[in-house]
Amino acid sequence: MADAAPSPPDAVHAPLRHDSAEGHVAGTAVYIDDFPEPPRTVHLAFGLAAEGHARLVKLDLSKVRASRHVWGVFTAADIPGVNDVSPVAGDDKLFAENEILYPGQPLFVVAAIDRESARRAARLALVEAEPLPALVTIAQARAAESVIEPAQRMARGDADAALAAAPHRLQGSIAVGGQEHFYLEGQVALAIPGENGQIHVLSSTQHPSEVQHLIAKVLGLSHADVTVEVRRMGGAFGGKETQAAAIAVACALVAHRYKVPAKLRLDRDDDMVLTGKRHDFEIGYDVGFDGEGRIAGIRLDLASRCGATADLSPAINDRAMFHSDNCYFLPAVEIVSHRLRTHTVSNTAFRGFGGPQGMMGIERVIDAVAAHLGRDPLAVRQANLYGPGRNVTPYHMTVEDNVAPELIAELAANAGYAARREAVAAFNADHSVLKKGLGLTPVKFGISFTTTHLNQAGALLHLYSDGSIHLNHGGTEMGQGLMIKVAQVVADVFAVPVEQVRVSATRTDKVPNTSATAASAGADLNGMAAFNAAETLRGRLAGFAAERFGVATDAVRFTRDGVIAGEERLPLSQLCRLAHFARVSLSATGFYATPKIHYDRATHRGRPFLYFAYGAAISEVVIDTLTGEHRVLAVDILHDVGRSLNPAIDLGQIEGGFVQGMGWLTTEELVFDDRGRLLTHAPSTYKIPTASDRPRRMTIGLWERGRNAEPTIHRSKAVGEPPLMLAISAFSALTQAVAATAPGKGLPSLDAPATPERILAAIAELRAQNG
Amino acid sequence: MTDSPIHFVLDGDTSVQADGSDPTRTALDLLREHLGRTGVKEGCAEGDCGACTILLGELDGERVAWRAVNSCILFAPMLDGKAVLTVESLAEGGTLHPVQRALADGHGSQCGFCTPGFAMSLYGRSIGAEGTRDTPVADVIAGNLCRCTGYGPILEAGERNPPAGCDDRKTAALLRDLPRAASGRGWFAPQTADALAALYAAHPDARIVAGATDVGLWVTKAMRDLGTVIFIGDIADLKGIEESAEGLRLGAGVRYTEAKEALARLHPDLGELVRRIGGLQVRNSGTIGGNIANGSPIGDMPPALIALGAALTLRQGDARRTIPLEAWFKSYGVQDRRPGEFVESVWIPRPAPDALIRIAKLSKRFDSDISALCGAFALRIADGRVAAARVAFGGMAGIPARAPACEAALTGQPWSAATVEAAAAALARDYQPLSDLRGSAEYRLAAAANLLRRLWHEAQGERVSVLDMALDG
Repeated sequence: MADAAPSPPDAVHAPLRHDSAEGHVAGTAVYIDDFPEPPRTVHLAFGLAAEGHARLVKLDLSKVRASRHVWGVFTAADIPGVNDVSPVAGDDKLFAENEILYPGQPLFVVAAIDRESARRAARLALVEAEPLPALVTIAQARAAESVIEPAQRMARGDADAALAAAPHRLQGSIAVGGQEHFYLEGQVALAIPGENGQIHVLSSTQHPSEVQHLIAKVLGLSHADVTVEVRRMGGAFGGKETQAAAIAVACALVAHRYKVPAKLRLDRDDDMVLTGKRHDFEIGYDVGFDGEGRIAGIRLDLASRCGATADLSPAINDRAMFHSDNCYFLPAVEIVSHRLRTHTVSNTAFRGFGGPQGMMGIERVIDAVAAHLGRDPLAVRQANLYGPGRNVTPYHMTVEDNVAPELIAELAANAGYAARREAVAAFNADHSVLKKGLGLTPVKFGISFTTTHLNQAGALLHLYSDGSIHLNHGGTEMGQGLMIKVAQVVADVFAVPVEQVRVSATRTDKVPNTSATAASAGADLNGMAAFNAAETLRGRLAGFAAERFGVATDAVRFTRDGVIAGEERLPLSQLCRLAHFARVSLSATGFYATPKIHYDRATHRGRPFLYFAYGAAISEVVIDTLTGEHRVLAVDILHDVGRSLNPAIDLGQIEGGFVQGMGWLTTEELVFDDRGRLLTHAPSTYKIPTASDRPRRMTIGLWERGRNAEPTIHRSKAVGEPPLMLAISAFSALTQAVAATAPGKGLPSLDAPATPERILAAIAELRAQNG
Repeated sequence: MTDSPIHFVLDGDTSVQADGSDPTRTALDLLREHLGRTGVKEGCAEGDCGACTILLGELDGERVAWRAVNSCILFAPMLDGKAVLTVESLAEGGTLHPVQRALADGHGSQCGFCTPGFAMSLYGRSIGAEGTRDTPVADVIAGNLCRCTGYGPILEAGERNPPAGCDDRKTAALLRDLPRAASGRGWFAPQTADALAALYAAHPDARIVAGATDVGLWVTKAMRDLGTVIFIGDIADLKGIEESAEGLRLGAGVRYTEAKEALARLHPDLGELVRRIGGLQVRNSGTIGGNIANGSPIGDMPPALIALGAALTLRQGDARRTIPLEAWFKSYGVQDRRPGEFVESVWIPRPAPDALIRIAKLSKRFDSDISALCGAFALRIADGRVAAARVAFGGMAGIPARAPACEAALTGQPWSAATVEAAAAALARDYQPLSDLRGSAEYRLAAAANLLRRLWHEAQGERVSVLDMALDG
């Protein structure tokens, strides 16, 4: 078993720093734009549709072609294979044909000898387009019944009957805005032509295999003709799961045609305009509950803006449904999810993948119930938690690893929730302009791709005759520390220092048919695949040593002091040399497929997740009731990462996830005009948190009793996405602070992001209500 | 090598020559493409993320004055005669600088793309670069965006490396000996205001560039051709800071950072307003004169300066005229500027000791954001009455403008809640704000009125600042 072997002190479970930390701080860690450009590299720029939804009448590119330093221009007509860069549905065109679906859609790509010439030329196109009606908002798309797929329904029990019978009943809604990824390294790729039409592409992508497959599809090549490589990304957050493909494919198209290297690095504004974002949602609820606030029945109506194409929206909206319960048992529940097609950029994966939006819905419901009854929201939360006899989710999966009640109780006690709630009330009684709010919200996040077949991973491991280890797997590094974690797992198997393990760029010619590094599952899947590869090699070496030194195989031990075989003790390097001379293979692959999971999407029933990751957070906020300005003052977090593979990396994910989530719910506002043009397409207008937005006091604890109930790699838990949702506590606290401006009037209808303007409007609306 | 060379000192110890024939090639491009300094990253190409942060050094007597700047919106000729440090300059003999060591060992990097910029900002603080003295780490890195870490480990790395001196003698010596181009193909870099006046009279269509924090984007984003460029960043006699009992005169070339302390001495709210303009890199480049001259309807400084009664001195050849600052802004995008005329200085009278002054900027994010609106109030209360009132707002009209109806509703009235209410209501007669991505017209009007109410509450001794609350913990 993975968790059976004792660990040397500095391998697995150790708080080692990121494997590239020194390269990062020295500026020597190489990103794609930093590679010395091969001779004759041409630079590309997309020509973007300025107009929203329109019929493309004529595309006159003569001025683009005639522009200084231009090599050539490519449109849909120049694609040798299929004009498709979509992940699943076949509806994302590399270049628009006949119809422009959204503002910013690429119409062509221009190749020039330098980037500036390409960018200048791209603006010279004469586009004749006949505007068509544009559906921009969720409401417009709903009214027009414009969808990317039929509405999905997930239900258990008789919600209508439960609602009718409930002593209390509330209806309401909340709108939750989208989010731009704002990875610091924009989308970039470099394609280098090889012999016989083959091509090698460096792509800043979370999904090298998909980029490989799409390049093959667009160019009419076989998968084996295309190699995609990524050493590291400068951030991704889901934004490079599907969105990297168009950039890489455009490079491949030009490189393939001209037989020269081709590079495309998007300008930040273009990147923000033409790549997808987190889905914005509108969530309606109808909830019935008892005098304690315990929910008896609930109907949830989820509607999201998917944008112009399907992209990953079906799975994202499924995950929103899967997290509409969060930690709470919903005895009778119906969740209906509308996936709306609009004439805006196609929304895509973003850390949490719909889960955060689903959770925002149910947390609003709980806050509303508590306000209605005048009870402490924490008490209402605790009354609704999953527990014995109340442990089946709306998708009929039994929750077997529920640690939320214990974890919440521990956090509330350690952070002094009760006393602070009283202190906040006292503060509010004493102040008229400033009001404080306190919020505690939990997180339960399902781990596994809900598309079951994606839950597989491969690894490739070489031992060299000097004992050094070359590690490769299908996971990609985007800053989350995947490479160091997997290296720790491998080092642990051979009982060597982690420095002996060389992590290498992810390449489709080393490990094929990989899944995206996504769904927080990178370490779970690739760590286990690498573990299996290492175990294979260790077993092979142990067998060889046993035979060589005449001992039983189980008498061979790998220790920090070398390999011990009976009376013999020798360094790993020496054993590798001996094995090599004895013609023993020192290379192995490893594979892992997540067990137990299954899901029937037609009925929305099954076990989509192997396990759940849990956490909880308390946020204390203050608002200025005259301007709507606000600050998150203090945050306490307790999070369950199981038995952490690397506590330092995990703490970094938790803090970073919280702050990113806080940005989503407070300062980060996407504004579109009535043609679907994004107005906030630059960091000057789209505001992610800065250092001073970080709460002055953040106390983050890893839950000490954490241990994955499932036999994951060393009983660890996934950590990439779940902490983002801890920031819902800050939003809940802001809602409480607004409520404090008009006591007794219930919960304000604050929508996210809670900009100063929305806070002020919510205060005004609440005060105007009859209380 | 080139017919239009520029010269600068790299890494503190090497004089280099580079091609200066394209006046709007960015310093970032030059460093990455020409000098292979790929540790300097492009995150946004508009001065908002700080991934491209470098340090720029200039001779200041015997020493070198360093400042962190965004190289993405700095034009290559602006490096001429300066010293340049990139992230590659920091490690000595392969040994990381303590700032880098603290970032690496303290888990201050995740994806690593923003990290070189943070390393430069924190390094700048560790050597006492401009704008970092007595400045919290969070303010020093407010112009650096990180999307991964949540900032905690980066703030810690900064705390572990407090300001200390550095030995610049070698750099200073090299700077003294550095040849200066002072002009090149399509650009000039005059060294005196007189030279500028003569040049501008001869080239009235030339584009004057001070810090390039605004004009830089015309190139990187709008891809505009600027024509002939006159760089004025090195004109010593536009950098005067003259403080007196009567007030403060700031030369047009004084950068925000340089002006901050003197402005804060006029009134603390002015210092706080400057703190919240851009990031430190922007304040280390942008100038007070440039901010006025570019005529922004938001105007980072103008609303406050107008409320304080500032006056602008304009120069055309040898002729000068002085106008009230509010007269400069005629209508959206139009200023009272004659051909060949440039902003030479701004005069800000010192507020009376008993003046009641409040300047408030509202934005989605506190640091490094542009105002949705900015309100400035300068009142004098005597014998329970409002003896005088100047009120100005940015973001409420096509130009930064005074609020005559509001001022009238205050002036001569009892200093009371009723007067404040009447004056707050009067703002709706002064302004018809627009709705845009920074805020709706309704929000702007409501919040503008509330800023006056907030001033009243504060004057009654109430706590009104969420920022102060955050600092108190």
